Amino acid sequence: MMTDKTQVAGGAQRQIIVLLQYLAAGIVALLVLFPLLAAVINGFKSNSDLLLHPFGLPKVWQWQNYTSVLQSSAFWQQMSNSVLVMTATSVGVMVLASMPAFVFARLQFRGREYLYNFFTLGLLFPIAVAILPLYITLRQVNLVDSLWGIILPQIAFGLPSNILILRGFFASLPRELDEAAAMDGCSTVGFFLRILLPLMRPALAAVAVLSMVASWNNFFLPLLVLNSERLYTLPLGIQQFQGQFGTDWGRVLAFVSLALVPTVGFYLLAERQIVTGLTAGAVKG
Amino acid sequence: MAQSPSRVITQATRKQRIRWGQIATIVGFLLPAALIYSGLVILPVIQAIYFSFFRWNGLGPLVNFTGLANYARALNDRAFTTALSHNLQLVGLSLILQLPFSLGLALLIREVSRGRAIFRTIFFLPFVLSEVVTGVIWNFIYRPQGGLVPAFLQWIDPEMTNTALLASPSTVLYALFAVITWKFFGYHMILYIAGLQNIPVEIEEAAAIDGCSRIQTLRYVTLPLLGSTIRLSVYLSVLGSLQFFDLIWVMTTGGPVGASDTMATYLYKFGFQRFQLGYGSAVAVMMFLICFGFSIIYQRAAMRRDFA
Repeated sequence: MMTDKTQVAGGAQRQIIVLLQYLAAGIVALLVLFPLLAAVINGFKSNSDLLLHPFGLPKVWQWQNYTSVLQSSAFWQQMSNSVLVMTATSVGVMVLASMPAFVFARLQFRGREYLYNFFTLGLLFPIAVAILPLYITLRQVNLVDSLWGIILPQIAFGLPSNILILRGFFASLPRELDEAAAMDGCSTVGFFLRILLPLMRPALAAVAVLSMVASWNNFFLPLLVLNSERLYTLPLGIQQFQGQFGTDWGRVLAFVSLALVPTVGFYLLAERQIVTGLTAGAVKG
Repeated sequence: MAQSPSRVITQATRKQRIRWGQIATIVGFLLPAALIYSGLVILPVIQAIYFSFFRWNGLGPLVNFTGLANYARALNDRAFTTALSHNLQLVGLSLILQLPFSLGLALLIREVSRGRAIFRTIFFLPFVLSEVVTGVIWNFIYRPQGGLVPAFLQWIDPEMTNTALLASPSTVLYALFAVITWKFFGYHMILYIAGLQNIPVEIEEAAAIDGCSRIQTLRYVTLPLLGSTIRLSVYLSVLGSLQFFDLIWVMTTGGPVGASDTMATYLYKFGFQRFQLGYGSAVAVMMFLICFGFSIIYQRAAMRRDFA
């Protein structure tokens, strides 16, 4: 049995531990946020200010760093290209992955596992392995230097992991639904569209959100496929902007900070879906 | 027992009809995905294997069959083996430093009762940023004149001269690894948090009641129960480290003089900058074989019991 005294001592010790825990977590949080805050704040500095006072607030707030980016048509063009590619990719992945996932989870037929293995084989291939022949193929069908040349491969490479994730979600819906639907004379297609898909909304949201993030951030494919500046997506535009204004860091940081805004906003709205999607594919249970 | 012949026939025809409908549904559901996936994933991979046996600049017909010469060339090229060794160093650093750090944070965050969600949101934030944005911001932080890291280093030790970490072959890989950790530790932390949530509280409580200290509970109860998650996170971390491209391309393009080249930047340089498509394909195939070989061995050796 514990005496009062040891309990008090334990309480004090416990409080110190809690304090240290918050301290450790707080330091890590600062280390994470520091580069982002540094980018946003230094985006307001003139170049001499940046050189002489890398830390601290700007001596003079250079709003034109930000306004010049906001007024440039290139920034908005890249933003809209990224949005277009992202939307098309996530819609394509959702539609094309949910149909096979449904088939593999709910229908019985011979060879099902072989077909499923075929579709998930792609998990083994990093896009770098396929990229050279993929580029040749895209060139043959005239998709080099076109946004479709990014959208279609993104969908294709998104299929294996998303079929895997969605199949798990389809399989977790109760079996009794099949019988009830069959008894009510519902066709397989109707069962899929009208009964299962509405129940799958959280899973589909997770898949859609993950494809959106992946597409928004993709750099490798646009780097290879796009040549014309008017087709650039944001990551490509940022890289090019850094190359072009490499010495004018204030403007580069303003550009990057503005590009961060939609990503961070989207993350704060969709964090739950992102985490669900990432852990659903990974952790059993 | 005995059924009338006509009934058997109607049943058979109905069965037949349902089957055809079912097959049509299955084909209709699989075909669109199968077409785009076969054409843009499977076919290019097969082509890459085929191209790798030729010398080819991407134009004109494939005529210069060279057998395994491209593979031999890569294995004898110091630049390629160095690039591979950089990948392996990143694998090692990630396993030794990044994953334990992520696990520690996951355990820490579990203990923190107030503000847990905020910490998790902050820690996970870098993972959703693009590697290009990350790379450009860190380029600024590392830049030799007026960069924050060099300024900080000189504040600690004014004598220090070698503060351009990205420009020096001896430090570039570590400087990149710091950024990689900044960007990816949150992902592994999220995996660990999800794994920890699957451990029933009662088990750890029972251990505590049986007289286990916190360290003992962690060592003998929590970590073993987290085994499948840890093995998975190791698996994903190794595969990711073998494939690094975006961040390195934006920050150093593999330089200075190849000191931060990875297999993927090497592949890009030969495949797309020098248009040696046959050779580039051989590099791609080797990259695949390394990842695939690791997958097979690791799944056999470590993850077998997780997929039971």
